Amino acid sequence: MHIILNGERSEQQDGLSITGLLAGLGIGLERVAVEVNLDIVPKASYDTHMLSDGDRIEIVHFVGGG
Amino acid sequence: MTDNTDKLVIGGREFSSRLMVGTGKYASFEQTARALEVSGAQIITVAVRRVNLDRSKESLLDYIDPQKYTLLPNTAGCYTADDAIRTCRLAREAGMSDFVKLEVLGDEKTLFPDNEELLKAAKVLVSEGFTVLPYCSDDVILCKKLEDLGCAAVMPLGAPIGSGLGIRNPYNIKIILENVKIPVIVDAGVGCASDAAIAMELGCDGVLMNTAIAGAGDPIAMAEAMKLAVIAGRLSYKAGRIPRKLYANASSPLDGMFL
Repeated sequence: MHIILNGERSEQQDGLSITGLLAGLGIGLERVAVEVNLDIVPKASYDTHMLSDGDRIEIVHFVGGG
Repeated sequence: MTDNTDKLVIGGREFSSRLMVGTGKYASFEQTARALEVSGAQIITVAVRRVNLDRSKESLLDYIDPQKYTLLPNTAGCYTADDAIRTCRLAREAGMSDFVKLEVLGDEKTLFPDNEELLKAAKVLVSEGFTVLPYCSDDVILCKKLEDLGCAAVMPLGAPIGSGLGIRNPYNIKIILENVKIPVIVDAGVGCASDAAIAMELGCDGVLMNTAIAGAGDPIAMAEAMKLAVIAGRLSYKAGRIPRKLYANASSPLDGMFL
């Protein structure tokens, strides 16, 4: 399936959970937030939330700022 | 002597430092961490941005212990209430804290707040349980509205963000101080230590800055200068300055003169 990941088209295997996506990207669960189609996914749902073709996903974290 | 009971209370949390520091624009993460340490700040601002997917870059939080500081995520770069609300919700999920520095900008050139959108966003965020610290204009009517909405503090600008022009309208800040009960924190405009001291001498509860430290010739030395200026300004305010007089008033006694 294709998803839009942080604004870029990305090919991923079907039946992928958010936990699986983050693991594949090497991103720790701590101190990130994940939004799927503008809805925030709570961390408790990362294992069970399955991604679908065409999903728009944002993975954000904290950076330096004023 | 520093008064250890003189705490800044925001959103039910107590802070002994009245200096809040941003984490942007430093030369390196090592320098960021060192400047924060030297500044004595307990509240530090961060921005919410996309994770770098190639993971080639290190992250700010690899250098800063989030247990040591209260992270204050900002909504920098947001020009609508909706974008700011979305950013705050993501920040809460990422940071597990309700504290947010709410800024809704009106214009790229001035970075002045869009106060109409700010009020809209503040209302929604307060209702969702956020501890909202809004960056706003130095306008007492606006600050009172933000207070009435349930914001935890107001953060009027001293001058445009990153301008280093200092407190351009101390009288407006003074009027705000006299008319709102929540903490007043000057956010933006400070250029040097005396600017920070002036804000504190007006009676402000704190000062928030980023560029003044990060952009200084020696950011670590400036971090220390700001720490001391905020402490000095606060003590000076609490001590109570003498009235301004037009003419001289001798400090040495006239009694005992032998001339």
